[in-house]
Amino acid sequence: MKKLLLGTAALALTATVATADVVRMGTEGAYPPYNFINDAGNVDGFDVDVGNEACARANLTCEWVTNEWDSIIPNLVSGNYDTIVAGMSITAERDEVIDFTQNYAPPDPSAYVAMSEDVDLNAGVIAAQTGTIQASHVAESGATLVEFSTPDETIAAVKNGEVDAVIADKGFLEPFVAEDADLMFVSEDVILGGGLGIGLRESDGDLKATLDAAIQSMKDDGTLNELIQKWLPASALF
Amino acid sequence: MFDFCTDPDAIEGMTWLACYLTTGKHMAFYTSFGTVLLLLAITAPIALLFGFFGAVAARSQIAPLRWLGKGYTAMVRGVPDIAFFLFVPIAMDQGFEWLRHKTKCPDWEFPVRQGSDFVVCDIAKLPQSSSAQWVHEAYGFTLAVLAFAVVFGAFAANVLYGAMNAVPRGQVETAEAYGMSRHQTFWRIVVPQMWVYALPGLSNLWQILIKATPLLFLLGVEDIVYWARELGGSKTSTYAYPHPDWRLYYFTALLVFYLTLTSLSERFFSGMTTRLSRGQATMGGDAQRKAEA
Repeated sequence: MKKLLLGTAALALTATVATADVVRMGTEGAYPPYNFINDAGNVDGFDVDVGNEACARANLTCEWVTNEWDSIIPNLVSGNYDTIVAGMSITAERDEVIDFTQNYAPPDPSAYVAMSEDVDLNAGVIAAQTGTIQASHVAESGATLVEFSTPDETIAAVKNGEVDAVIADKGFLEPFVAEDADLMFVSEDVILGGGLGIGLRESDGDLKATLDAAIQSMKDDGTLNELIQKWLPASALF
Repeated sequence: MFDFCTDPDAIEGMTWLACYLTTGKHMAFYTSFGTVLLLLAITAPIALLFGFFGAVAARSQIAPLRWLGKGYTAMVRGVPDIAFFLFVPIAMDQGFEWLRHKTKCPDWEFPVRQGSDFVVCDIAKLPQSSSAQWVHEAYGFTLAVLAFAVVFGAFAANVLYGAMNAVPRGQVETAEAYGMSRHQTFWRIVVPQMWVYALPGLSNLWQILIKATPLLFLLGVEDIVYWARELGGSKTSTYAYPHPDWRLYYFTALLVFYLTLTSLSERFFSGMTTRLSRGQATMGGDAQRKAEA
């Protein structure tokens, strides 16, 4: 009997160890300052800081994994990692396939960047990253959309004259405009999407509740605003 | 890496370059060259083995085995490589997980496919979600090796099948006349002599395999193409070492690497051809005989 009890206890113990919460966080790692691989070879950026803080508050052990933006949703769904923290805006289309936590950043303005002031944004050729809200925005606006798989290539396309302008999150474009005399913001900013959220599988209700609570507590004590100011100085606060 | 690299903003010229080329990220880039060589070193023998079994099966006198061998080569050869590389790892991953799920969690009552989600019980996941990152990477790499081996095995099977049939009929007949069994004829006469006929095809395959390694990048393994693109892209001052678009230089380095690798293997294969032609009733073998006489 004693042996049996011990055995059950051991089993219960190993069961809790086995489910010791390791959450694999998926990110793109190519969209500074939201998420990028820093020079030491580690993931860094706004998303990573938010993710780590949320994990610390929820007592989860988190590990970061990078994945191409193109396949970031399919690989979440097939279970390669458990969350997407990649500056992903909450949209109705994405919400049909995956779930989102509450937003951890308010809707960030998207902006157009070009080499000259007189670009026709409604009839010209505009670059955007594949599968982003900016890409669908351009497709609806009537301009010719050219899609690239990485954000970096969209900037390169403007620089070598392949396209007239690029549209992306303002936080991403700002350093490029600040450091390159040829590039400038044109036209008004546009507000797209419902803010950035952490993407989850629809079957992962518990994790969603945990992360929601962690984000709420970060909103309440102002930590989230501090992180937004640190990484995205031009962005709105909560 | 070096002591003088603590403040990248204060240094210039060669010092800056020395620091830049020794960042953690560049170390990962250099390591990825090893990943590519490792993939080649592991995949080539496995693919050759797949090919050998495929060829033997295709020559078999047992009909189902023959269908299997012919079906394998026909199917894999008829599907575009990229489609196959994307399909095989996902299919194998879900297949393995489904098998483990069936054996480890028999009382699971939810469906495995919930909408677009593929959900198996926690202990059936491969690798376990609690295992370290390197386990996940090794698993991804293994799936990639298997995908490469399946595809290149099919090509190798076809090459070896042709080579086995190219061994002069007279050789086999003589072996039979000496009373060797089918098995003995195959292992003592056909296999040792087929290599010279297989070599041109196999060397071709090896070169194609080298050139196909950037497909690793499609499978999510961080290979040299991934790092070249990542490092070469223009960097703003969010990074410690800002620089404009340098992809051209990084891709030139890859070009040099691949050309060196292919030209070295070219030399190796021409040496092998000379060795294997010795005493063969081929043009190469004949030429050697005449030169010696």
